Amino acid sequence: MLVFVIRRLLISIPVLLASTVLTFVIVKLSGDPLLYLKQRQPRPPQAFIDQEAHRLWLDRSWPAQYWHWISNLLLHGNWGPPVKGHDNVGSEIVSAFGVTARLVIVSVAIALVLAVITGVVSAVKQYSLTDYTTTTIGFIFLSMPVFWFAILLKQGGLWFNEKTGTHFFGTIGERAIPPITNDSFAANFGDIMGHLILPVIVLGLVGYAAWSRFTRASMLEVLNSDYVRLARSKGLSRRRVLVRHALRTALIPLTTVTALDVAALLGGAIITEHVFQWNGMGTLFLTALSNIDFNVMLGWLIVTATIVILFNLIADILYGVLDPRIRHA
Amino acid sequence: MLEVNEQTAQTEAPEKGRIEREFTVKERSQWRMALRRFMRHRVAVASLVVFILLVLFAFVGPMLWQYTYLKYTNDLSQPPTLKHPFGTDSTGFDQFAVVMRGTAQSLKVAFIIGFVGTATGALWGVIAGYVGGGLDSGLMRLADLVLTIPALALAAALGRSGGGTLLMIGLILAAVSAPYVARVVRGVVLSLREREFIEASRALGASHWRIMLRHLLPNTIPVLLVNATLLIAQGILAETALSYVGFGIQPPDTSLGVLITTAQGAVDSRPWLFYFPGIFIILIALSVNFIGDGLRDALDPRQTRERR
Repeated sequence: MLVFVIRRLLISIPVLLASTVLTFVIVKLSGDPLLYLKQRQPRPPQAFIDQEAHRLWLDRSWPAQYWHWISNLLLHGNWGPPVKGHDNVGSEIVSAFGVTARLVIVSVAIALVLAVITGVVSAVKQYSLTDYTTTTIGFIFLSMPVFWFAILLKQGGLWFNEKTGTHFFGTIGERAIPPITNDSFAANFGDIMGHLILPVIVLGLVGYAAWSRFTRASMLEVLNSDYVRLARSKGLSRRRVLVRHALRTALIPLTTVTALDVAALLGGAIITEHVFQWNGMGTLFLTALSNIDFNVMLGWLIVTATIVILFNLIADILYGVLDPRIRHA
Repeated sequence: MLEVNEQTAQTEAPEKGRIEREFTVKERSQWRMALRRFMRHRVAVASLVVFILLVLFAFVGPMLWQYTYLKYTNDLSQPPTLKHPFGTDSTGFDQFAVVMRGTAQSLKVAFIIGFVGTATGALWGVIAGYVGGGLDSGLMRLADLVLTIPALALAAALGRSGGGTLLMIGLILAAVSAPYVARVVRGVVLSLREREFIEASRALGASHWRIMLRHLLPNTIPVLLVNATLLIAQGILAETALSYVGFGIQPPDTSLGVLITTAQGAVDSRPWLFYFPGIFIILIALSVNFIGDGLRDALDPRQTRERR
């Protein structure tokens, strides 16, 4: 097992390196970072533009730029200079990452629990009214533009706040603006939670719809298998068979699917953060993309690619641990 | 399968031919059986009807409706009435006509994604699975690589320089979704290529391309069809999301996503501008998803579980 983990870790390194090349090419294709200078009226002196290009290493060939960037990142932990402003790219990514992680982790946790419950119920009661209702709701969620629903929800939150005269739902940002003056833990916690509820619902639905459908399918397959029939005929109670025998097996593929959906969730987080104006990874990427702040984009893409590759790895390992039929030689 | 050849029944017992014919059954092809199974999936059939109606609404509707999407009317910011079923915006455009046009554009993008994405992914997967070896691992690592980047971020980065035309956005989203198809198709091909009929065609001297295109590809069609519906449904949502973050289709070109994005500021004052395009996106994606569900049941009998 340990050998397998180490081998998979080692394989991940060239994948990650190849991924940096791909992201570099994509970022280079996304546009000219100095276009904002060249289009400014009156046009700044050519010497200044050249100086900026030199600062950002744009006057070298692509391979030289790539080498400069990757060696700086790997050897010195330097993410490269931002195109505009004086912010440090690395610290910007770290702070944005914390905000997004909070959103994604809470959403996934809630969505998974709800998805498993509905999936199991609709599998056990296949073709019942409950099954049809949850299936239809799942399909509607799968077919809904995330941001359309998010905007409606935000509208609902504002309406609720107005009716009750409170600020229960935070609809802008991940914390109150201006920051709350009360230093107590309860006040801070309440502030974070109030801002968290609506975005979590939005992002959670993305995962919930897919995962509940998946749990249902996987549970149905297990429930129709011979060993479950045997367990029932052996005289075990329905409940025990369901929880101890069927559910445990049915959840194995769900762990993999969840781990592999991380990329989609990070994509969903971009939209969610944009609607609720969170200063997380999504906003960071969109701002960087519209300014072609290429070092921020590169950093962002590398961090997400690392996370996705890491979760692929976790999915592989979990599969081996949970499913005794799979033995990694 | 009850399958009685009519001719043998007649020659063996000519005098009893009439009675025998009562029991003879027409041969059912695989596709006919699939069609029968599909027709039994009520929701899928209903969705197919809805989808056809949506296509008619988008492409035939503009010829019949009294306003075009370019016609200014004197009714500014009117809520839905009989004259303007979806209301009008602040410049006086009839939203019924505008939504028709948006639906047509969104459907075009979706079809580009569904067709180009599926075709590219199918070729990708067939070549990787059939040729195998270094090419296989190369092609599949490339697919893995593309999938390590969130599709939305990838499409946004490419869409920024892509010019924001409908065709470009469709092609970009197709390229982003092709690796998914490639993975699935490769899996199918890997199991198919060991089968006897492939060996037979190789023994008969068929070229590699012929085996791939004439023998392997047709056998992946059931999988491709189901996947194409998925791509279409996801594609239409991806297009709206891309428009929303500002790196999708750019005005004056339009789509349902563009319509929602421009209407989001009016969600309080003129909500009809916001609701109708959204409802149409849901209708398209929902009907396509249900059609896909029906196709899966119809084309892959192993997936349908008998009632207990």
